[in-house]
Amino acid sequence: MYNCHRSDRSIDFSHQLLLPASYPHSVFAIIVNHNSFFFLFYPVFQGEKMWGILSQKLGAARGLSSQVVGNYVLRLRLAPSAMPMRHYSSATKEMTVRDALNSALDEEMAADPNVFVMGEEVGEYQGAYKITKGLLDKYGPERVVDTPITEAGFAGIGVGSAYHGLRPVIEFMTFNFSMQAIDHIINSAAKSNYMSAGQINVPIVFRGPNGPAAGVGAQHSQCYGAWYGSVPGLKVLVPYSSEDARGLLKAAIRDPDPVVFLENELLYGETFPISAEALDSSFCLPIGKAKIEREGKDITITAFSKMVGYALKAAEILEKEGINAEVINLRSIRPLDRATINASVRKTNRLVTVEEGFPQHGVGAEICATVVEDSFGYLDAPVERIAGADVPTPYAANLERMAFPQIEDIVRAAKRACYRSVPMAASA
Amino acid sequence: MAFSGAKIIQPLPLHTTIRSPNNPLLFDPFTSSPFLGSTRTLRLSQSISASQRRCASHIVAVSDVFKEKKLKSNTNLLLTKEEGLQVYEDMILGRAFEDMCAQMYYRGKMFGFVHLYNGQEAVSSGFIKLLKKEDSVVSTYRDHVHALSKGVPARAVMSELFGKKTGCCRGQGGSMHMFSAEHNVLGGFAFIGEGIPVATGAAFASKYRREVLKEADCDHVTLAFFGDGTCNNGQFFECLNMAALWKLPIIFVVENNLWAIGMSHLRSTSDPEIWKKGPAFGMPGVHVDGMDVLKVREVAKEAIGRARRGEGPTLVECETYRFRGHSLADPDELRDPAEKARYAARDPITALKKYLIESKLANEAELLAIEKKIEEVVEDAVEFADESPAPSRSQLLENVFADPRGFGIGPDGSYRCEDPKFTEGTAQV
Repeated sequence: MYNCHRSDRSIDFSHQLLLPASYPHSVFAIIVNHNSFFFLFYPVFQGEKMWGILSQKLGAARGLSSQVVGNYVLRLRLAPSAMPMRHYSSATKEMTVRDALNSALDEEMAADPNVFVMGEEVGEYQGAYKITKGLLDKYGPERVVDTPITEAGFAGIGVGSAYHGLRPVIEFMTFNFSMQAIDHIINSAAKSNYMSAGQINVPIVFRGPNGPAAGVGAQHSQCYGAWYGSVPGLKVLVPYSSEDARGLLKAAIRDPDPVVFLENELLYGETFPISAEALDSSFCLPIGKAKIEREGKDITITAFSKMVGYALKAAEILEKEGINAEVINLRSIRPLDRATINASVRKTNRLVTVEEGFPQHGVGAEICATVVEDSFGYLDAPVERIAGADVPTPYAANLERMAFPQIEDIVRAAKRACYRSVPMAASA
Repeated sequence: MAFSGAKIIQPLPLHTTIRSPNNPLLFDPFTSSPFLGSTRTLRLSQSISASQRRCASHIVAVSDVFKEKKLKSNTNLLLTKEEGLQVYEDMILGRAFEDMCAQMYYRGKMFGFVHLYNGQEAVSSGFIKLLKKEDSVVSTYRDHVHALSKGVPARAVMSELFGKKTGCCRGQGGSMHMFSAEHNVLGGFAFIGEGIPVATGAAFASKYRREVLKEADCDHVTLAFFGDGTCNNGQFFECLNMAALWKLPIIFVVENNLWAIGMSHLRSTSDPEIWKKGPAFGMPGVHVDGMDVLKVREVAKEAIGRARRGEGPTLVECETYRFRGHSLADPDELRDPAEKARYAARDPITALKKYLIESKLANEAELLAIEKKIEEVVEDAVEFADESPAPSRSQLLENVFADPRGFGIGPDGSYRCEDPKFTEGTAQV
């Protein structure tokens, strides 16, 4: 149903690009993934810089000189008339996560007049991270509401208006600030449908960046996935790529229940390829379904948000060492897609969970418990949990680097789970 | 309306037993002028200079609209016979219901935290009886009578308290969480101050409907009820600010009963005059005698009218008193019995009864008939609740989500909620 294309950085198609050798002048390259076709025509955006990088990467992957590949790729662009048009042909677009979120908000606000955005700096400032850029001009100050610095107040106002059928999207500048409003997220949003026995549901979305950024210190770096993920009545979503961001945000806004939508500041500027299907205004991803980003058979690595990118890179490194890793992008912490995780563990028999939050009572702990409960007999090794260090986030760059999982940590944990002897602690 | 912020009013001296007969009363109920149009006279004016007294009038911030209204009243009577009987019945229902709750609690039929409203009925009946069905009420844990006044049947409330399936929230809410979508009772919140932003949100929704969704006749008003202790909480101030900023159709009703469990309002508040906090945010702040339902009703009419016309919020401080303890578990040892006796003498129900009889709006027989009727209603509610079944096992997992697929995907790959056995077992998800 949804294209299972790689969600890693868009340009790195190294092991998947097959240039049809028998058609040296063919104008499309077919990228074969495990179960879907992905037609690369010409990326419309990015221009010259993109071409340079693309030809470099293609060249590097296939061992061809970048010059040759560059010419080849240019030929792709320059000969549109020679293309036999297939019915599923479309220009592959790329989109930053920021634009994906913005477009999702825009489309949902256009489709349903009950949807409105509320938060600090969402209007005239165009969004603290520019996620709501342009919405004020388009929809006016009644639907894009700038608030005073009153998280508890405006989170509660959002809940109260959702009681009466409006669909607020409440933005927290970061989820650290949601702690000032956590009473409303949990006690009046999450629990209301239950307390009122179904009379009053709360179709609200709380969104904002979550987890560490770069050098922002202890009070701005906490990951709230585990805290919100433990509350019944909430749905907690953690997108990674642009497609995730679009599909999950649209699903969240349309959902009749309160949704906590945890984004990541460092992912906002990252570009991902996005299919035409994902750009359609009715595109939605199901809530509660994880995505297998990369199939493998030796070990399962679960991750969410930014860690998916790290896990994919770690998987490549492991590939070179002969370990074929399966990477699962959780997409949804609550409800957790236990079925997919367990099916994967039953296939690979080893598990590494990756997250940026604190280790105790974290998302990885829950995944470990669920695998032990459901698939204990299939485990060949203890579950390895990779999480942030059990300390408030330090400021110094080298310390901060040590406080969060890096690609090497994931690689090391995977090797440990595969019984390749590797020391536990990181070498500084 | 100019607010002269230049002069600073001297802080009022704090007395711990300020409402005892020996100390001058801060708000003398018998000599304070009615709200309509007049400025308040502060009894402690000995220490306030003339210039400051002029400033005092600014602090009251009575709007000009209110001032005009006083001149227009041309009848002596504040309400008609029907209205009088309706209000009387509502107050009797509140009192009888709460008394029955106490009985049932001590018999073990009700459990947990139960907070009774005895003595404060004038506030509930005075305000809520002026609302339409579409207007919303948000309350705290002391919410039984607010729900009853708004129209939730006594049977439904009693069953909810007994924890039965036929309760207004099917037994899932309890004493502190009365919700009714039909009657627009939006809770029932256990944390003080929690209901205020929710009420502000409901008012926001009403304004949004009118202005953005263009439902031109949407003039729904929201009432937020809360106590004196809440007025020191951050959320209260946040919402006063936003409600005044966006001119939301909300009335903040403070039920100042002087005690937050065992913490006296005067011990915990730097400036105990809560109505003053309204003008600080740009809305009228009104103080009214909350033991007199007619006065409350007059103030309520003005405030609700203001909100309906789109003129913005009002802060109404009702000076009232709870005859019982904070909850049924509270031994209530800290309150001075003399204070309790004084307020018992000002029982709002006896006061209204006296008024109705003296102004010939009703006679004893009619009022007695109402009392009898209410007695029967309450007993019927208890019987109904007693006989109702407890919730079934499968109800445990219901209503967590409006969209039950929120429980996620089961091991067989389909949504858990589609598995018929899902709600039959234990709560293991």
